[in-house]
Amino acid sequence: MTRFILNQQSICTNQPPGLPLLDFIRYQQHLKGTKIGCREGDCGACTVLVGSLENGHVTYRSVTSCLMPLANAGGKHIVTVEGLNLPELSPVQKAIVEENGTQCGFCTVGFVVSLSGFCISEKAPTVQKAIAAMDGNICRCTGYKSLERAAGKLVTNLQEKSAENAMRWLVENNFLPAYFPEIPQRLESLQAEEAAETVGIPEEKVAYYIAGGTDLLVQKPETVQLSAVKVLTRETGLKGISSDVGQIIIGGGTTVEELRQSPEMQAAFPELHQYVKLVSSTQIRNMGTVAGNFANASPIGDLTICFLALNATVFIRKNEHLRELPLRELYLGYKQLAKDPDEIIEKIAFDIPDANTHFNFEKVSKRTHLDIASVNSAIRLKTELNVIYEAHFSAGGVGPVPKYLNKTSAFLLGKEIEPATLKEASEILQTEIAPISDARGSETYKRLLLRQLFFAHFLKLFPETITAENLL
Amino acid sequence: MRNIDALNHVRGESVYLDDIPVRQGTLYAWVFSSPVAHGRILNLDLSEAEKMPGVVKIFTAQDIPGQNQIGGIIPDEPLLAESEVHFWGQPVAVLLAETELQARLASHKIQIEIEKLPVITEPRDAHKAGKLIMPPRTFTLGNTETAFAGCEYVFEGNAESGGQEHLYIETQGAYAYVKENGSFYVASSTQGPTAVQRHAAVVLGISMSKIEVDVMRLGGGFGGKEDQATPWAVMALLGTALTKRPVKLALHRPEDMRMTGKRHPYSSDFKIGFDKELRIQAYEVTFYQNAGAAADLSPAVLERTLFHCTNSYFIPNVKATAYSCKTNLPPNTAFRGFGGPQGMFVIESALAHAAEKLGLETWELQEKNLLKDGDEFPYGQITEGCEAQNCWQTAAEKYDLPKLREEIAAFNQQHKFLKKGLALMPICFGISFTKTAMNQSRALVHIYQDGSVGVSTGAVEMGQGVNTKMLQVAATVLGIDPNRIRIETTNTTRVANTSPSAASATADLNGKAVQMACEALRERLKLHIAIQLDLPENTPIEIQDEQVWVAGKTVELPWEKLVFSAYWSRISLSENAHYATPEIHFNPAIEKGHPFAYHVYGTALVTATVDCLRGTYEFDSVKIAHDFGSSMNTNVDLGQIEGGLVQGIGWMTLEELLFNPEGRLLSNALSTYKVPDIYAVPKEIAVHFMATQGIKLAIFGSKAVGEPPLMYGIGAYFALRNAIKAFRLEAVPRFSAPMTPEKVLLNLYPDFGT
Ligand SMILES: Cc1cc2nc3c(=O)[nH]c(=O)nc-3n(C[C@H](O)[C@H](O)[C@H](O)COP(=O)(O)OP(=O)(O)OC[C@H]3O[C@@H](n4cnc5c(N)ncnc54)[C@H](O)[C@@H]3O)c2cc1C
Ligand code: FES
Ligand code: FES
Repeated sequence: MTRFILNQQSICTNQPPGLPLLDFIRYQQHLKGTKIGCREGDCGACTVLVGSLENGHVTYRSVTSCLMPLANAGGKHIVTVEGLNLPELSPVQKAIVEENGTQCGFCTVGFVVSLSGFCISEKAPTVQKAIAAMDGNICRCTGYKSLERAAGKLVTNLQEKSAENAMRWLVENNFLPAYFPEIPQRLESLQAEEAAETVGIPEEKVAYYIAGGTDLLVQKPETVQLSAVKVLTRETGLKGISSDVGQIIIGGGTTVEELRQSPEMQAAFPELHQYVKLVSSTQIRNMGTVAGNFANASPIGDLTICFLALNATVFIRKNEHLRELPLRELYLGYKQLAKDPDEIIEKIAFDIPDANTHFNFEKVSKRTHLDIASVNSAIRLKTELNVIYEAHFSAGGVGPVPKYLNKTSAFLLGKEIEPATLKEASEILQTEIAPISDARGSETYKRLLLRQLFFAHFLKLFPETITAENLL
Repeated sequence: MRNIDALNHVRGESVYLDDIPVRQGTLYAWVFSSPVAHGRILNLDLSEAEKMPGVVKIFTAQDIPGQNQIGGIIPDEPLLAESEVHFWGQPVAVLLAETELQARLASHKIQIEIEKLPVITEPRDAHKAGKLIMPPRTFTLGNTETAFAGCEYVFEGNAESGGQEHLYIETQGAYAYVKENGSFYVASSTQGPTAVQRHAAVVLGISMSKIEVDVMRLGGGFGGKEDQATPWAVMALLGTALTKRPVKLALHRPEDMRMTGKRHPYSSDFKIGFDKELRIQAYEVTFYQNAGAAADLSPAVLERTLFHCTNSYFIPNVKATAYSCKTNLPPNTAFRGFGGPQGMFVIESALAHAAEKLGLETWELQEKNLLKDGDEFPYGQITEGCEAQNCWQTAAEKYDLPKLREEIAAFNQQHKFLKKGLALMPICFGISFTKTAMNQSRALVHIYQDGSVGVSTGAVEMGQGVNTKMLQVAATVLGIDPNRIRIETTNTTRVANTSPSAASATADLNGKAVQMACEALRERLKLHIAIQLDLPENTPIEIQDEQVWVAGKTVELPWEKLVFSAYWSRISLSENAHYATPEIHFNPAIEKGHPFAYHVYGTALVTATVDCLRGTYEFDSVKIAHDFGSSMNTNVDLGQIEGGLVQGIGWMTLEELLFNPEGRLLSNALSTYKVPDIYAVPKEIAVHFMATQGIKLAIFGSKAVGEPPLMYGIGAYFALRNAIKAFRLEAVPRFSAPMTPEKVLLNLYPDFGT
């Protein structure tokens, strides 16, 4: 049984846990406001809000319901546009109407929900953040300018939102219906009911383990909804980010957005926001997990590439047995992992960067945002007096697996950072990669691009030492 | 006035095809399509699929009671493949099951054996192989041969532009059920309800009167649902006819992308000649249009390429030839601009090429050759009410072009690995269906006895705001509050023989018909007032603000009362008006005439910044001076400019359709086919509304605005190209759109790997 609250209504359903929440909403609950544009997380027409009870408060996040397995709705408050509608238009709806932010209207509900989520959650609203909240919503009609204007209007409205009792303010100002303040309590009792009845599927019957679902529901939409799936999102052991003896330890079930919000990660990587902005969209980041990114074994997974350069270790569990593996040893061949399907990536650990550590991530895709990389790359260097004494360099999109470039990394060791060395290294890296021509670019492009990104790392990290003119 | 649908849109209460409540017993359809691009079907085995749970019926070409034919212009396209398949994704069979998932799962069990035949994906290859959709067409003006001989400078080259997926966010779909007496109803997400009706009648072998097509609204069309909504509606109807149960067919995105045609890719050769003063004297161009596997609308698209091959320039000697080449891609179709953008891309490439050779800036050649009143187009129409120079100058002054140029030069001086490029893009676009006969429309207006009004037209609302404009026309002419008026669905039983909502002409054509119908009703009501009030002949009577005004003074006869009394006096409160655009004509035998009611002009200044390390780019601004006539709705019209522009930029930059040599679409999902997102659009879009001369053939003098702004996007290509040249002076990037980040980087570093 999956129990949750859908708008105002309590739901208790025995529908398949792998059924996309979208289908449940539209075809079983007949809430037709939520639209279908792609069923692949790429258009945002199906955006809904997911409210999670966290320390007595409910935090709302936008997700694409087409990729959310029904089971992941368990214990949550799911909000569709029907659950936001009031007799009068909300300020979000009004801003879109007044700025002519809707034409055919098919994308519009997605934008309304994304922006409503922004209004609920954002503590220091700015236009940039409002626009960022729409980064997973595609509109083919308007050209977005009217939606940007609507965002501007909203942010002005939101300046008066009080910090202490935000929910009450939102209700009083027509952003949300009056039932919202009761949700935390309702979720609490719902979770108590859930706890009383938990009956999992026996491990041996599990056909798929699923975390955010943002990969699995795209790859196997038919089979997942017909199979016995076990969701990992509710396993508390996979959650949380902590630091300990010089290491940061990340639960495998950490979402990309949680990674971004983490104070530990922010302290370790001052440019974290810039990197994460290049990864999928707000909706997908709210669902997709770190371990999911590793385990789907995509040769261009952004997190995988970053963590390869961080020389991370993964902790893999099967029942009572926990083992350690360097991340770079996880990949055997195209979509082949050095682990059994029922082995769970429980956590990931890496060394906290010290003062001598330099890290950078680069990604180029056809469209800068909400796109999979043509080539991505990360580097971590430790230097002293301009000499490299530790080097880890990784790249995606240049072979069948997310690639840790052994030779190039080794070559850099002990070298001084100067143009001739980097040029030589850029030749070596070409010998380590085997990109193929596909929809994300030709082989030549990918080779050239990796050279450029390799140089870009140094240009960003050592602007005093290296200039582009020296290299190109 | 704002878009009248906006209130429902933001609440999620607007009804699209997939939102229609289904009737009991509804079956769901899944289309099984060809897994190869060209071949002979040796065997099709449905037996395993038929045994799958929930499957009720699987039908193929053999089950068609009428003719297996849906070709719109040329009858060359079967609804379902018979003995051969001609593109990867061509529909072969339709599965009907109790749920969509069951139909889909069963489709995997269909066994098809196909003997592969050679696949052609490039139009020039098809041309060489003699595979043409129809004989080539040539437009000529003057004599290019003699003109070239007298030219000071002559340049030749070629240009290519890629296709474009419509990516309406609502996929194609239809929902059909049986009425009675062998007649049917279908709700279709189509821009052309009559096309659906006509083809369904042919396929089912029944009369058109037995098929009712209803269209509520579309979640985007852009031309993709002009002709290509038809097959899905016909399949749903056929399924209904065969099972007597309601059938819903809504394509999933990958199926939609695989099975439907797109904007036509073109490959073209040009030759351009100038006199000493750099006036273009002669232009020859040959277009190879990639039509795909069947004609669809390709002949008409091809024609518009020829109409717009000189864009906004006057050229006294022109020879333009176009081949519609048959390849093994899905039949390509209408897409905003309808071949016009492809023609314009080539002349702009020719000018950029010439400027490069002459050591000039392209704008110097563009500006010198802009159209003016009295100039003749290659198709014989004489330019009237020309705004080309006015738009250019207005843009240059309003946005301080000299300063912009200076700023860009200074920026490029300062930055080695960031370069800016600027391009100017003038446009000229003819308004009317080029097939003169299609320029007709009807409107049916009812005034109900309580004073409310229902308006039906042939116009389909798909976001372009046509219903809002229809409402404005009716409210203005009747002199009543817009809230009294309801714009009805587009339905073939109310308005018959409609032209599709296309060619930017929908508001003009249908608006004129609404205007005529409302005027007739108003005059009838005025006569009634005169009789009721026993007014002397020729007393001026007006209906304004819901009041009756006699000789300038209101009388105690509010609208509701007036209507009620007219009803009880047995006066008809319904009117059906017919409009046919006057003045236009075209004779394809000599390729001359006056095909367009008028032209729309404008100029855009496009600025891009290229990251010359990574090959990525951004658009700083697009600044536009656009010829609106007198815009009847600036809200709607601004939205059309911004949206059209961004779609055009998408076509020229990110949107890349990739087919492998076997004819399989590689960019077959939103994850691989990238349309602009909120971060990909220009940081600034400025639109200057030029109030230009009123055009009487435009509704209320408000010029058509749907397609023209898309062509401003062409400037994006040239802005990027100029930025590349700022990085590498000697670069001569091929004229090959889209300019993806890949092409940018390879053009910045052409020596890599050699
Ligand atoms: C629109 C869209 C855009 C995207 N953009 C990007 C992008 O820019 N960059 C990028 O890198 N990725 C992108 N992705 C891919 C995807 O979102 C990420 O890879 C995400 O991190 C996957 O996590 P998940 O939890 O959703 O995986 P799921 O789909 O739940 O699972 C994926 C696989 O991992 C396995 N798995 C999950 N958790 C564990 C675990 N703890 N232990 C062992 N196995 C596990 C599952 O069994 C499954 O095989 C995108 C996806 C979509 C739909
Ligand atoms: S339907 Fe497109 S993101 Fe869900
Ligand atoms: S309004 Fe049509 S897709 Fe956004």
